[in-house]
Amino acid sequence: MKNLFNEFLKGIIKENPTFVLLLGLCPTLAVSVSMINGLSMGLAATFVILGSNLIISSIKRSIPDKIRIPCFIVVIATFVTIIELVMKAYSPALNRALGIYVPLIVVNCIVLGRAEAFASKQRVFNSLLDGLGMGIGFTLALVLISGIRESLGSGRLLGITIFKGFEPVLIFSMPSGALLIIGLLLGFFSLIKGKRS
Amino acid sequence: MENKLIVSVSPHLHKGESVKRIMWFVTASLVPAGIAGVYIFGLKALEVIVLGVVSALISEAVLQLLTKKKVSIFDGSAFLTGLLLAYNLPADVPFWLPIAGSFFAIAVAKHAFGGLGQNIFNPALAGRAFLMASWPKYMTSFVVPFSPDTVTCATPLAAIKESKLIEHISYLDLFLGKRGGCIGEVCIAALILGAVFLLWKGYISWHIPLSYIATTAIFTHIFGRQGSLSGDWLFSILNGGLILGAFFMATDYVTSPLTRKGQVVFGIGCGLLTFVIRAWGGYPEGVSYAILMMNAATPLIDRYTSNRIYGTKSL
Repeated sequence: MKNLFNEFLKGIIKENPTFVLLLGLCPTLAVSVSMINGLSMGLAATFVILGSNLIISSIKRSIPDKIRIPCFIVVIATFVTIIELVMKAYSPALNRALGIYVPLIVVNCIVLGRAEAFASKQRVFNSLLDGLGMGIGFTLALVLISGIRESLGSGRLLGITIFKGFEPVLIFSMPSGALLIIGLLLGFFSLIKGKRS
Repeated sequence: MENKLIVSVSPHLHKGESVKRIMWFVTASLVPAGIAGVYIFGLKALEVIVLGVVSALISEAVLQLLTKKKVSIFDGSAFLTGLLLAYNLPADVPFWLPIAGSFFAIAVAKHAFGGLGQNIFNPALAGRAFLMASWPKYMTSFVVPFSPDTVTCATPLAAIKESKLIEHISYLDLFLGKRGGCIGEVCIAALILGAVFLLWKGYISWHIPLSYIATTAIFTHIFGRQGSLSGDWLFSILNGGLILGAFFMATDYVTSPLTRKGQVVFGIGCGLLTFVIRAWGGYPEGVSYAILMMNAATPLIDRYTSNRIYGTKSL
């Protein structure tokens, strides 16, 4: 039982895809301008990881080893298409804001990485837990980064003004600000980790 | 019997120089330019300088206390960073702008990289680049010299970029600093006074400033706006932050190459980038970005220009 719980928990802190594995940085840099974008990107990716981990771990015996990556991509692309069509139907504004980064989840290295390193070798239930943990870890990281960027870069949070009379720090709404925030957060987390051990 | 023989590794002769001493001498060499800036732009300029320096010192002290390091705010390095940052600002910026810039310079550009001697980028210039990206409207409105109320104007370089030279400015005016610009960059005469002092004391060598300024001047002359070999090279030297940057910021020990050969490469690179940004880039002035970009290239330059070790073949 503890083992299963660890499979779930590792994606959130110990192997956080953004801050520890440094995966999926391209969408992280691009969509973390506002918290709502970050959150939706994280949830979309979580859905895709869950789906692909479930399918890939259940069909792992019938995937030929030599063409496993194309097979993974076909499975992942199916789920990405589902999420993209749902987003287009129910929230076109969000779809426009995220733009090309929704279809690009197909080649997101977190999703592919989980398929290759975990789901193609593990039991179905473990893979589901792993995908859920990784997805939540990615979502939390995105929410953290985009929260900092939105509040400093435009003085708002989730679209609501939180600082009145505040001159927005424009750099944080630009990609350079995203790199800066990610770098500083990485440094901060490794500082904490260094103190603990 | 007392031990009279001291065994130690080289160097055995010490000139008596220290980081602290050099930093304070560089600061002293910048004083004339500051006085000129305050004279030209009025007391608002003094306010910006004081705010920049004080907030740099406070940021340094707070960060060193938080990270449990020895508080070294009197070694002059934070003072110099704050001073250089303020010199790179227009005179009528809001009071929080130098504070934010100094904090960024000290906290992110210096201490996040490990403190004095570890930083890749010149902290003052990184602070300026941060302010430029964050609040461009304050960073590009310059005060008219000697005006009692704050009337803003474009710098000569910005006017040229927009292909409109409002009025003709003589070289003497440019040399003495009667133009719109940042506090510390306008008075070339005062900057050269400080630079000569540093060269005479041997705190900076001529390699970076000369190669930097010469490259910018030569390329400006070759690729003139009215056809080749017609560019106004003297105008390009006297304008913008070229003199301030070349003598006081590109020569920063931590962020520039170690060998003479490397320093010349560094200076030429800075000069080329400055010219390219001024002539073809989006900004009217490119000194700060040129130096920052070459700061990033410094480890590479150091690797390829290291001196031959005696008795070995060259690289």
